[in-house]
Amino acid sequence: MEALFAVIIGLLVACGVYLLLRARSFPVVLGLTLLSYAVNLFLFAMGRLSVNHPAVISEDAGAYADPLPQALVLTAIVIGFGMTAFTVVLALRAQGDTGSDHVDGRG
Amino acid sequence: MLTAGGDGSVNHLVIIPVLLPLVIGSLLLLVGRSRLPLQRRINAAACLLLLFSAAALVSLSGTGVHLLYALGNWPAPHGIILVVDRLSGLMLLLTSLVALASLARAVDRRIDEQGPYFHALFQFQLMGLNGAFLTGDLFNLFVFFEVLLIASYGLLLHGGGPARHRAGLHYVVLNVAGSALFLIAIGILYGLTGTLNMAELAARVAAAGPQDAGLLRAGALLLLVVFGLKAALLPLYMWLPEAYRRTSAAVAALFAIMTKVGAYAIVRMFTLVFPPQAGDMAGPAHAWLLPLALATLAVGALGVLASRDLRRLLAYFVVVSVGTLLTAVGLFSSAGLSAALVYLIHSTLITAAFFLVADMVDEQRGSLNMREAMPVAQPLLLGTLFFAAAVALAGLPPLSGFLGKFMILQAAGDSVATVWVWAIVLATSLLGIVALGRAGSALLWKTGSGQPAGPATGVVSSLPALLLLACGALVVVFAGPVTEYTEAAARQLMDPDRYVESVLMGPGRGPGGGA
Repeated sequence: MEALFAVIIGLLVACGVYLLLRARSFPVVLGLTLLSYAVNLFLFAMGRLSVNHPAVISEDAGAYADPLPQALVLTAIVIGFGMTAFTVVLALRAQGDTGSDHVDGRG
Repeated sequence: MLTAGGDGSVNHLVIIPVLLPLVIGSLLLLVGRSRLPLQRRINAAACLLLLFSAAALVSLSGTGVHLLYALGNWPAPHGIILVVDRLSGLMLLLTSLVALASLARAVDRRIDEQGPYFHALFQFQLMGLNGAFLTGDLFNLFVFFEVLLIASYGLLLHGGGPARHRAGLHYVVLNVAGSALFLIAIGILYGLTGTLNMAELAARVAAAGPQDAGLLRAGALLLLVVFGLKAALLPLYMWLPEAYRRTSAAVAALFAIMTKVGAYAIVRMFTLVFPPQAGDMAGPAHAWLLPLALATLAVGALGVLASRDLRRLLAYFVVVSVGTLLTAVGLFSSAGLSAALVYLIHSTLITAAFFLVADMVDEQRGSLNMREAMPVAQPLLLGTLFFAAAVALAGLPPLSGFLGKFMILQAAGDSVATVWVWAIVLATSLLGIVALGRAGSALLWKTGSGQPAGPATGVVSSLPALLLLACGALVVVFAGPVTEYTEAAARQLMDPDRYVESVLMGPGRGPGGGA
């Protein structure tokens, strides 16, 4: 499970970085989104991967999932979502202003 | 009821710099746009209150204690904790001073009329800044970074325009990518140590075994990259000149403190969690900071010299000041940190003041381009302000820049890199003087005949710039007490064990704790 998880995060980061380095604003936004997905998964895995472990205290649980990374991921998702929306609006405005979706405003 | 605290009582003053802007900012969202005068009054009153509370916190932390505030009375390391030491107190005071001057200029120039929510964004910006200086929790630091960044996007773009939108897009995308790296670093450190509280993190990193050293090093270096991006350290400074040039002058003046947040975070992380004595655990971060800072300084000085526009020149001076500041930090000695703090006070105040002076020149001259243009309406007033700010910024005696640079050169005297620090700091100072001299003569002397582009604005308009310049002058007049304070702050930073001890034994652990 760990290996698969790591490969997926790596793949997401690779695609995210590739798109981030494109010269058009839409791929850049997609790149940021992929990067934030990878980061969220990474943060989530920091509480170690486990199956069927409760995060909330219960009487018959032998071990618990670490609840803190889940709380962190929630915060990161909210912030990442807001930032993506903002970047999209800003990219649209910049395109409206310059008539081009190039990140440097070139044609 | 909150009754915790090692000495019996909680000082609620500690949370005021975060809580007040939050409440006021939310309130300002509700006050309609048509009631701008009311918004201005509320914002100004809040800034004044922040100034007083920051001054009170400085005087309290001046005794050398770590003022602690456990949110929700959860004891550290389980809850989020706010910590005021001498460094945080100083940063809070600087922020509120710059904010007051910036706000006054923004209102004077009617920047807040160019779009809604200027005042609300302004308060949220202050909340993010103050929170970043106060927090003792790594994830909370991330959250406050986001708060200040989101507010700064709004302020940067306020007023709009193609150039501003383009510069803003670069700034936003780079910072969002930086935030992703920040989260990865946090994830690594949490995965290894199981804590996010900086004090406990410091203790766990110090106790970590060699099997964790590689990942800890990766985490430390990622943090250096993230904070280097915020501070505009080479090679991550590219976003800064355009962003600071294109935004309104009042906002640029406020942003003089923004790069200092990155520098502050570097100082905090690499003296507390990864102190120099941690050696291998922090990896080559300590060794890299000095060369990177010197390179930033050199490149920034070239940018200053190449600039044909005063705002661009000042933006590059922000890069120069970051380079100089981190050079002093990179010495990682008590004397170096003390010099860095004196330089930090100076560069924040004077850079902000210079942005405001440049705005006045722009208003009367119609352009900051160094081509021949109309004369300014008030040559004597603007010339004097420009001259004073330039002397201070270039580091000539008798003003504050000289004091800061002199202390840095002195602190570098007994380091291995003495030759490099002296050569680069002195050479870049010379370049700065040349560039400022050229800019001043081109803008104020090389004038065509004709009417000024803008009317004389009166002395009142120059008050914000005067306030900051006067504070810069006070740093020199009271150089004794100021350096005493920064030396004490540097000693406090070089003694991370005290910090760890007071946080982990702090509120909630005392006899009145756990209410």
